[in-house]
Amino acid sequence: MAVSSEELGNTGTLKYPSRIKLPYTWHAGKAGSRFYREIKDHRKIWGTKCHRCGWVYVPPRETCPRCFLDIDEWVKVGDAGTLLTYTITRYSVPGIQPLEPPYALGIIKLDGASSGLVHLLGEIEPEDIRVGMRVQAVFREAREGNYLDIKYFRPLRS
Amino acid sequence: MKNRVGIVGVGQTHHKSRNTDCKGQELIGIAVKRALESAELTMADIDSIVIGNMDHFESINYVDMWSVDGSGGYMKPIMKVTTGGTTGSAVGHAGFYHAASGLFDTVLAIGWEQNSESDTTAAISTCFDPIVEREFCGGAIGPLAAQYTAYMSKYGATEEDAALVSVRDHNNAAQCNPYAHLRQAITVEEVMKSPYISYPMKLLDMCPRSDGACAVIFAVEDKARRITERPAWILGVGDCHILVQVADGIGLANLPSLERAAGEAYKMAGITDPYRQFDVAELYVPASTAGVTWMEALGLCEEGGGPRLIRSGMTNMDGELPINPSGGVLATNPIGATGLIRIGEAALQVMGKAEKKQVEGAKVVVATGFGGCFWSDVTVISASPQLD
Amino acid sequence: MDKVAIIGVAQTKYQRYNPASHAEMAYEVTCKALEDAELTIDDIDNTITVCNDFWDGRTISCMTITEATGSHKVPTTNVEGDGTYGALMGIMRLLSGLHDITLVVAQSKVSEGIPAVITNAMFDPVYERILGLDAINSSALQMRSYMHKYGITEGQCANVSVKNHKNAKANPYAHMPLDITADDVLKSRLLADPIKLLDASPVSDGACAIIMAGEAVARKRCSNPVWIRGVGHCADAYHLGDRDLADVDALISAAGRAYGMAGIQDPVKEIDVAEVYDAFSYMELMWMEGLGFCGRGEGGDMIDSGTTQMDGALPVNPSGGVLSAHPVQVAGLARIAETVLQLRGEAGARQVKGAKVALAHGIEGACGQGHCVFILGR
Repeated sequence: MAVSSEELGNTGTLKYPSRIKLPYTWHAGKAGSRFYREIKDHRKIWGTKCHRCGWVYVPPRETCPRCFLDIDEWVKVGDAGTLLTYTITRYSVPGIQPLEPPYALGIIKLDGASSGLVHLLGEIEPEDIRVGMRVQAVFREAREGNYLDIKYFRPLRS
Repeated sequence: MKNRVGIVGVGQTHHKSRNTDCKGQELIGIAVKRALESAELTMADIDSIVIGNMDHFESINYVDMWSVDGSGGYMKPIMKVTTGGTTGSAVGHAGFYHAASGLFDTVLAIGWEQNSESDTTAAISTCFDPIVEREFCGGAIGPLAAQYTAYMSKYGATEEDAALVSVRDHNNAAQCNPYAHLRQAITVEEVMKSPYISYPMKLLDMCPRSDGACAVIFAVEDKARRITERPAWILGVGDCHILVQVADGIGLANLPSLERAAGEAYKMAGITDPYRQFDVAELYVPASTAGVTWMEALGLCEEGGGPRLIRSGMTNMDGELPINPSGGVLATNPIGATGLIRIGEAALQVMGKAEKKQVEGAKVVVATGFGGCFWSDVTVISASPQLD
Repeated sequence: MDKVAIIGVAQTKYQRYNPASHAEMAYEVTCKALEDAELTIDDIDNTITVCNDFWDGRTISCMTITEATGSHKVPTTNVEGDGTYGALMGIMRLLSGLHDITLVVAQSKVSEGIPAVITNAMFDPVYERILGLDAINSSALQMRSYMHKYGITEGQCANVSVKNHKNAKANPYAHMPLDITADDVLKSRLLADPIKLLDASPVSDGACAIIMAGEAVARKRCSNPVWIRGVGHCADAYHLGDRDLADVDALISAAGRAYGMAGIQDPVKEIDVAEVYDAFSYMELMWMEGLGFCGRGEGGDMIDSGTTQMDGALPVNPSGGVLSAHPVQVAGLARIAETVLQLRGEAGARQVKGAKVALAHGIEGACGQGHCVFILGR
């Protein structure tokens, strides 16, 4: 026996909470692996240089995206650089943030690199951060071969 | 068709279970460079790019943007297409339309997947409706298994028929295709002895999951003719996404989407007698059972004729209509690439560049794609811009 | 380029939480676009859906709206990117000569997910993702970079928010029509310096559909077709550090292609109205520069000059823009739908008088890595 929508009633929408939780293991590739090993084992930051356009990529790549050319020239870049830009994250997002907000992020052009490296800024108050300031990498004592082996960048001490 | 389009280059990685050497963009880069090399082009010759994979296998959002280091997309038009298992063939069709539109002369289409980075079945299960289906649908295997049970009951097909398909594809890969993931020759007995995954499907009836990438370069007619002497012309394309709830598909003894997509592609291409007119077929057979049940959907045999066709041996490399000289999906399955590999392999056949997989005199080839939710794509490729 | 016209458009009202499902929203705009075009679903011979697996929370997300958009009846594909890219794919289908009438449907329910987690997934899992980058703090890096390079002020960015939220009051579809002052913006809660709450777009659910046809069909079936005169898309480098975030190279390239096709040489003179993708207030200033509405670094002067106000020479975002409604994936298609209404003279209280040529724009990826530009005309 068919009834109309009005007769059936019971309107109102339901919501079902859920979460997609999938495990992942990402491959760093040859260039990425070497980048991380050098940081882990030697506290040295390396980039790759394109022989055509001269761009020095940090993190390093095996192909220059600008020229689409295979590149294999490894260049050590400084662990100090210039801050190109920054922000302070002031909102909390569970599961994705490395630190409790507020925390500072910046893009640092390491001496000798053409690319900027996005990373955390530490040992500095938000109101003291300036575009153009000189900063230096602080390496963790116990390093694992990942992005946070560099703990953060702090103001360069002269 | 306003602008004829031909494939002028194909490249793919050596597909593996776990390509741990490569970061995703690097995997893509290998296929892209090989495609450019095969066509003797550089990235500067590429006018636009279309790329596809299935997001949750690598958990990267906006893959077109992320891919730039490997896809060559820096300062180029690039977009992403994704449709599940048919992604590879959908990307191929998108590449075709990019060129056929006349907006871009030379188009790079890339399909890739680095399945080893995730739990494939878990990721696939997120395709099911989160409220109605997700809790109980077990990935891609369940529905296909249920389909074969229905087919066996209706037409008298056997598990051995499916095993023949598996043996054919695996042996082709072993003997002819250095790029294939699985390259081990097997026997019917070995298939029959392999453990059941989901009755009636056994381990050796199933496709693997692979890491790999494929790149195919499309070009409009006058460009294509300048790039290569033997472009692989696209004569017909068809896409069909019929079902939405997986449960709607269980009990179907055939694949209506394949039938309809083939109908569209065949009409465009002028194919009226598929079995006679095709010289080779590169078919997306994700499980050996599909290699029995879906032949009729392509018009390659009469209804219920799958077992007869397979048992006849006519689809082996030395038969009248070799199917899957590359080894097909049963030997290699980097999901976002798989459908594109079928198109690429079909193109290599008519270009005479299939090397050990080459079927002599291959002039007209059909390539298919399959994916959730029982969707299909069909492409007809030929050595001539028109069917003779 | 052969002529292609938009012959039907539809949008849902954009809101924080739309109780309708993905399929119901897609069905709503499909039906309304068909009604607008005076067609039935049987007239559609191919579709493009725009769905994103992350935003929709499922693999093969386009499955959710297959039936609702009639995509189970005809050749179809799914573009996973901003709606402008979906529209472009639709155009390609028509230009190939193999299809006559294309339906493009974009939908998303941003309220269903955690946007920061979803946009965090844009970043490379081997490198920057672990920093907790998302759409907001990455854009903050860009805003700071842009302000620093050209001396743009937070006040000038705030003026974009003021303008657009006010414009939204005349748009029945908009999510956030607001009467605010620049001071309100400057005093609003800091999210990621210098982006404040009122510099940012809201979380919106919604859907949009457009129907396009080739010239012959458009002239026969439609009394007020809106022609696509030019289109271009382009992507910049991926890693944020590989780009000068204050630059707009990819947009300049995309716009150049679209302008070239449309024969536009002086955008401010020749374009009557523009709908650009202002996910954040500062972006409207940057995109105006990339579109050649003003010189590099002059975005701030541009907003101050009043040129882009409703009564200015080139109104930008009369709909209220993305700042007033941000259903991700949909918003670029909505920009196209809005310009169609403008060119038809059907934009009601937000109508720019006498609009004959319009620009619609969408972006893709972090900090506008990719851009897609449409030029439309009567």
